[in-house]
Amino acid sequence: MSNQFSRRSVLGKIGATLASLVAAPVVRTAKAAVQKVLVTTGAAPGYDPTRHKWVMAIDANRCIGCGLCAEACKKENHVPEGPYFRTWVERYIITKPEPGSGVSRGETLVDCPNGGMHGFPEPSVPKEKIQHSFFVPKLCNLCHHSPCVQVCPVGATFDAPDGAVLIDPKYCIGCGFCIQACPYGCRFLNPITKTAEKCTLCYHRITRGLKPACVEVCPTEARVFGDLKNPVPDDPIQKFYENNRVQSLKPHLGTEPRVFYAGIDKEVR
Amino acid sequence: MTNLVVTNIVLEVMPHFEGYVYPNEATQQPLWSVLIVLYPYITGLVAGAFIMASLVRVFNVKALEPVYRLSMLTAFAFLLCAPLPLLFHLGHPERCFEVMMTPHLTSPMAIFGFVYAWYLMAVLLLELWFDYRQDFVTWSETTPGFKGVLYRLFTVGVMDVSPQALKLDHKIGHILSIVGIPSAFLLHGYVGFIFGSVKANPWWGNSLMPIIFIMSAMVSGIALCVFNYMVLSWIRRKAIDMKCLDTMCMFLFYALVMDAAIEALDWIHRIYSAEEGFQVMQYMAREKLFYTLSLGQVAFGTLVPVMLLGLLQLIRRRVPDLARRRMYFASSALILLGVLAMRWNVVIGGQLFSKSLRGVMSYKMEFAGLEGWAMGGVLLALPFIILTVFIKLFLSEKMPSCTGNGHPMERLEPAGEFRTESLRR
Repeated sequence: MSNQFSRRSVLGKIGATLASLVAAPVVRTAKAAVQKVLVTTGAAPGYDPTRHKWVMAIDANRCIGCGLCAEACKKENHVPEGPYFRTWVERYIITKPEPGSGVSRGETLVDCPNGGMHGFPEPSVPKEKIQHSFFVPKLCNLCHHSPCVQVCPVGATFDAPDGAVLIDPKYCIGCGFCIQACPYGCRFLNPITKTAEKCTLCYHRITRGLKPACVEVCPTEARVFGDLKNPVPDDPIQKFYENNRVQSLKPHLGTEPRVFYAGIDKEVR
Repeated sequence: MTNLVVTNIVLEVMPHFEGYVYPNEATQQPLWSVLIVLYPYITGLVAGAFIMASLVRVFNVKALEPVYRLSMLTAFAFLLCAPLPLLFHLGHPERCFEVMMTPHLTSPMAIFGFVYAWYLMAVLLLELWFDYRQDFVTWSETTPGFKGVLYRLFTVGVMDVSPQALKLDHKIGHILSIVGIPSAFLLHGYVGFIFGSVKANPWWGNSLMPIIFIMSAMVSGIALCVFNYMVLSWIRRKAIDMKCLDTMCMFLFYALVMDAAIEALDWIHRIYSAEEGFQVMQYMAREKLFYTLSLGQVAFGTLVPVMLLGLLQLIRRRVPDLARRRMYFASSALILLGVLAMRWNVVIGGQLFSKSLRGVMSYKMEFAGLEGWAMGGVLLALPFIILTVFIKLFLSEKMPSCTGNGHPMERLEPAGEFRTESLRR
């Protein structure tokens, strides 16, 4: 009789129940991981994150400090007014040393009024006393070993397979640990949503074949953007790597940023 | 509305910066402010009070028996409040259970839920229950009214008080206490690791941080037990057991010396290695944190108590009881404030300089609001209020314990008494 209890059938049923109990969360987690990238990030429908590797590079020699990038970013991503920036521009002024003082350079003065959004005022030091002056655009450094991802207690911030470091705002508990852990000051707690926020490389744009807003508006092509998995003829990002000796910010911390800089100074951190 | 006006216009202090700070750091107040100062403070008091209690249970220090239950109840009352500041500080407190439901295991913060639950459920609650079981049975039979019902509920229906059952209680309690010591270290060491693991911040990122936190937790917890014992005796107009107090303060002194030594080692290392960011840290210690670090933590929180308690270790017999009590009380109160200052220096200090290492921020705490003085005061008062209720219920003078207020175990198994001859001399 098939409907009779046998040891084998009972054990089989218990085994199946246990297996499904174990398998269900695994399947759910895997599904959630895929959906996280596709659904909660503003990615285009049908976008496959495994086929891209996005990266940005900064040629500081070209930056004129107009601040259009910072302004475009605020508008494009609805970043709240006030001290909240996904990207910003810093101005470095290194003064000449006093003649005969025995030092190689003078003071380093850094400023960034309102994220550099509306350009910069006249420097406080007279021109003839300046040894070097340059602008440095800053953004998420897209670290290989992101401390922000490491410390997030719920996994709301994550490394997307395409190189972007993203945050799921529906999942973030707003503890601020990632903000403390980011050595570059790239994150902030959005005062309206009460969740952590940062540069996503304009994920909603790049997954639709567009460039990030800051790259789009940069008049001097100081910001270079590209896809390492899909090089195009005359690829600007490949050309940038070929033409420059590059450095990254705070390399001693071992975060291995993927955003490389050309033309910056040791004073930049 | 009035509140809003008071918060935003009358008492708000505009942020002030010197040098260059990253634009995202130029906010009104540090991201982690007074609530996150209180969180390690309260957690530390829990761990310390528990270690104090386990001196009786595990290390058999008989002189401390009168404060065993008080220490356990103190640890319990403070543990109930420990997650509150953390919870209130979250941007989305309603999502807090995600930390336990879908923990991200590389995060030091993700483990908190588990460590906390383990410590609360598996260690403190169980140990207290086994310890009080016999009393619950007796009290549920002798106490009329609501309180009697309450005690009956606490028995969970286990009314067996045969010598065999009691022996088992003691055995389990002893095991729990032994498990509890590493758990208490884990609880607070982990809190230290939350800060110590942040390599982006030279003020925090430090492998000594968990040890510093554990040591200061022990110091503050023992000081709290001294403080509570003296205040409770004063309220009840009861004579203080001087042998017990002397022993507590002896442990307090040695813990404080160890704590001070490790913190000094940390600073010596920082000064000698003078790594990147040392200049800004030096500026912080000299200028920004002068009152809380140099005066609060070092001078009044450490040096004065070390001298007072150290002096009493040397010339205890020559100091009359009253003077000794006053010195002990002053020391414990100063230590409690000093450790609070230490938590402030770690948490707030770590956020008063920019991660660009080129500038510093200022911070003046507001009065009202979630991160203000008022809220801080409420959160600090809450565990004391809970403790008062616990004392009324479980340390009542009207209902003496079957075993006295100390732990009964020693009467059953007299073994390996801790030597306190020096105190008897």
